[in-house]
Amino acid sequence: MGNILTIAKRELKAYFGTPIAYVFLAIFVALTGVFTFFIGDFLGRGVADLQPFFQYHPWLYLMLVPAISMRLWAEERKSGTIELLMTLPVTTTEVVIGKWLAGWVFLGLALVLTFPIWITVNVLGDPDNGVIAASYVGSFMVAGAFLAIGACMSALTRNQVIAFVLAAVVCFLFVMGGSGMVLDAAAGVLPDVVVQAIGNMSAMVHFDNIARGTLDVSDLTYFVSLTVFWLFANVLTIELKKAD
Amino acid sequence: MTEMLVLDNLTKRFGPFVAVDGISLEVKPGEVLGFLGPNGAGKSTTMKMAAGFLIPDAGIARICGHDVATDARAAKQHLGYLPEGAPGYSEMTALGMLRFAASIRGLSGAAARTAIDSAIERADLATVVNQTIETLSKGFKRRVGLAQAILHDPDVLILDEPTDGLDPNQKHQVRNLIRDMAAQKAIIISTHILEEVDAVCSRAVIIDRGRIVADGTARELKRRAENHNAVVMRVAAGDLDKAKKALAALKGTGRVETVSRGKTGARLRVYPVTTKSIASDVAAALKAKRIHVQELNVEEGRLEDVFRDITSSEAELAEVANG
Repeated sequence: MGNILTIAKRELKAYFGTPIAYVFLAIFVALTGVFTFFIGDFLGRGVADLQPFFQYHPWLYLMLVPAISMRLWAEERKSGTIELLMTLPVTTTEVVIGKWLAGWVFLGLALVLTFPIWITVNVLGDPDNGVIAASYVGSFMVAGAFLAIGACMSALTRNQVIAFVLAAVVCFLFVMGGSGMVLDAAAGVLPDVVVQAIGNMSAMVHFDNIARGTLDVSDLTYFVSLTVFWLFANVLTIELKKAD
Repeated sequence: MTEMLVLDNLTKRFGPFVAVDGISLEVKPGEVLGFLGPNGAGKSTTMKMAAGFLIPDAGIARICGHDVATDARAAKQHLGYLPEGAPGYSEMTALGMLRFAASIRGLSGAAARTAIDSAIERADLATVVNQTIETLSKGFKRRVGLAQAILHDPDVLILDEPTDGLDPNQKHQVRNLIRDMAAQKAIIISTHILEEVDAVCSRAVIIDRGRIVADGTARELKRRAENHNAVVMRVAAGDLDKAKKALAALKGTGRVETVSRGKTGARLRVYPVTTKSIASDVAAALKAKRIHVQELNVEEGRLEDVFRDITSSEAELAEVANG
């Protein structure tokens, strides 16, 4: 546990070691605003909720989480520090969790910085703050799961651009899987069970459930298992090709 | 168990290429082992396996009795490792990196401060502790890596080219540091600077094509040099032929060659037939012939020659076997 925190602290400091962290935070907050007000038509809808704010989060994460995760392992490989790190008395699992945790905390901070929108909606109307809190939790879970995917992809290569693209592609599959477009197309050719399975694999479907205000165990389990699965894949990747 | 570091039949293949081919060696406390070999001989690969970073295809590496593969954490606690090229986190300061290493090593509070201060002092980093690694020169980067490796006073030190990129003063300093620590520790340093072996190593292992081709003290290795115990002398130019004749007649001497020849004097080298010293015989023989010797030196043999001899002949032999 101590080692996990030491690793996470170092990684978190590394994020803020360059101005990119601040740029990222600014872009995240600005983009959530753009999606909410212009694309989601927050003001024109005349409804006091944050649905227009939250519904685009998975799409935002699609681009922004890979940007956070791409350096986690690829940079260690490129600079050779992985050799230093993995010969210290830490287990691969501790390093994998520590790195992921740092990214998750960073994304959590980005999410916290969107608080003005919560204040705004409370000033303008009388929203259900329980739903908003649940949505924040859901959004944070999506970020964590995508980050686990991105970290694993980063472990596959020493090139951060490749890590970014791989992560975006895999995350895209998990977002698109639940979209009407894919499900309708699948319904035409595949049996219902399979279509349902595809829908259940999608982060979008589970996030929508949570964002509606129902913090269901099955939806939370989905995100936890998705995260754990990709972290486990990350550990395996490092164990198998530490030195490549 | 007196051996702190044991490599048992380590083997590593990269595809069809056998990088390390059954290397076994043991390092005792107090020993500084110089690991030599031409580039691509498998030095770094062996060090990586010994440090538990690279998983061997066969064989075991043990640090203080702990298998680095199955009992990694215990093994790594006894290990200080400087990887090839001394990598460091570019955005961290030297101090930040040492603090990170200390924290991972389970040091905190006063113990961490003492360890860090001592490492900074021994690696002579005081002037740059607050600079980020990316702004440091090659020599300082290496010393940060060294400080990190000795931070927790480990029993076993594996240093991959610790003096590469250092200037002569820094090299001297690092060698002193290694010598100072040598008494209680088992140390392996890889290098291709042969003078290092004379300067700090109590034992040298030469590898070529993934195999150990020589193992012994620097003195033992030098004995394998062609000119070990050869005698070089300077005589007056007029005495040259007389001296040559006298030396050729002497028992125990082999080839006699003229090294250089000037107006006033000439330099001769006479090789012994065995490794036994012939210096006194040579001196006596010349004196008996009333040849005035201006200078007389016994050659020790050069490690470079032995190194080149061993590694190139092995390579040629292998080529013959393959062809």
